[in-house]
Amino acid sequence: MNLITVDALTVHNERTLALDNVSFTVREGEFLTVIGENGAGKSTLVRTILGIQKPDGGSVTLEKSINGKIGYLPQQSEAQRDFPAAVREVVLSGGIGQTGLFPFYSRAQKARAAATMEMLGLAAVANKNYRALSGGQQQRVLLARALCAADKVLLLDEPTTGLDPLVTKELYETVSHLSRSHGMTVLMVSHDLAGVLKYTDRILHLKNRVLFLGTAAEYAKTALGKAFGAGEN
Amino acid sequence: MDQLLLILSQNFMKNALLVGVLVALCAALLGVLLVLRRYAMIGDGLSHVGFGALSIAYALRLAPMAVAVPVVILSAFLLLSLAENNKIKGDSAIAVLSSAALAAGVVASALAGGSAADLNGYLFGSILALEESDVILSVVLSAVVILLFLLFKNRIFAVTFDASFAKSCGVRVKFYNLLIALLTAVTVVVGMRLVGTMLISSLIIFPALSAMQISGSFRGVILLSALFSVAAFAVGLVLSTTLPAGAVIVLCNFALLLVCTVVAKVRN
Repeated sequence: MNLITVDALTVHNERTLALDNVSFTVREGEFLTVIGENGAGKSTLVRTILGIQKPDGGSVTLEKSINGKIGYLPQQSEAQRDFPAAVREVVLSGGIGQTGLFPFYSRAQKARAAATMEMLGLAAVANKNYRALSGGQQQRVLLARALCAADKVLLLDEPTTGLDPLVTKELYETVSHLSRSHGMTVLMVSHDLAGVLKYTDRILHLKNRVLFLGTAAEYAKTALGKAFGAGEN
Repeated sequence: MDQLLLILSQNFMKNALLVGVLVALCAALLGVLLVLRRYAMIGDGLSHVGFGALSIAYALRLAPMAVAVPVVILSAFLLLSLAENNKIKGDSAIAVLSSAALAAGVVASALAGGSAADLNGYLFGSILALEESDVILSVVLSAVVILLFLLFKNRIFAVTFDASFAKSCGVRVKFYNLLIALLTAVTVVVGMRLVGTMLISSLIIFPALSAMQISGSFRGVILLSALFSVAAFAVGLVLSTTLPAGAVIVLCNFALLLVCTVVAKVRN
């Protein structure tokens, strides 16, 4: 089953063409990584899939069950770095889309947040201040929040920016585990091809249009993949 | 002590305490959001706009609050949307609007024939000379602000901490930004009556900053900010007796901030 279907998508940012006739699907249970340089339209693609930005042509179709339930892990903003928020509060806010008109979190949502923190090894820091954590732990907190918003799909936007190689590897392994053992569908945007190649099922190489779409093994053999760093590992 | 009880039993003092505590609560709650969003100066800017609107209302012999409330609300929407668009930077927009409004107010009151006593009250606050209608209006407005804030606390947190994530969950971020602008504008207008346009921004900023020195959770910061704000207000009001109440309250807030900063330094 296709959870996300992107069909002939064309999007302009101001006057530059960010996405030109981009088509692909995200299948249930797969780990798909979108690779590309800065300005290749990766963030625009993310925003369009989430419905934050409107397409100029083509369409994004979400499978019914995931509508409004994509676990999004955005890039961190400057303001967040000194925001006074307990880890528990941040993770709990993943349920914000599901409270409906009711102003407070339900008991079930609180239990889910606690279970998610337990799973990602955050239980010990649940009452700590988010800004006092290391970069890797902060990303884990945001991943936990995304998991509280999503049942099936995670959308990760450059999740390893600013992390050291060891922590990056740990994060990939966690995401990969969620995909393999919990059946999570993962769509990740990254420029760290060398790091992600081992974990991802398929690769979409984007440069405002689709340069390559196929399995990680196929990609590593292409000239494009080698030029982009797949040969390094 | 007897003298203190005597002062507190006076009607004007009861009114001042009631209105003051409510406004201090509003300012403390919204202050946390404004400081976190880097809009600390917005309270200051809006209070100048309020001053301008009041002066023009006096010059034209219109009801002061009926003019000031909508004008300040509109300005709050404008400033917050400018800050979102980033075309003109938010801080320059605040500076432009507040100095233009201040200048317009000064010119308007000069044209109307100099300094009305009421105008003086708005500049420096007249908490001990509140009229019955002021008290009722202030109580209603602050109660609405506090209620809406508490009701939408979780969403306000989500939108302020991470707007992109909130959008992805289907939260109407624009609506909550407008709500925050509206609550801020109402707080500023009501607070102007209390400590004056010159000092209202300090009521918004100080308690939030003090609370952020001490607490590391959003809930903790909100609670502490409210507590600090009410405490500084009550102590300042009682201490002021013959001094200008607004200024003494601000000094109490400042002292509290210094203490909190030292406590945070010592802890680290």
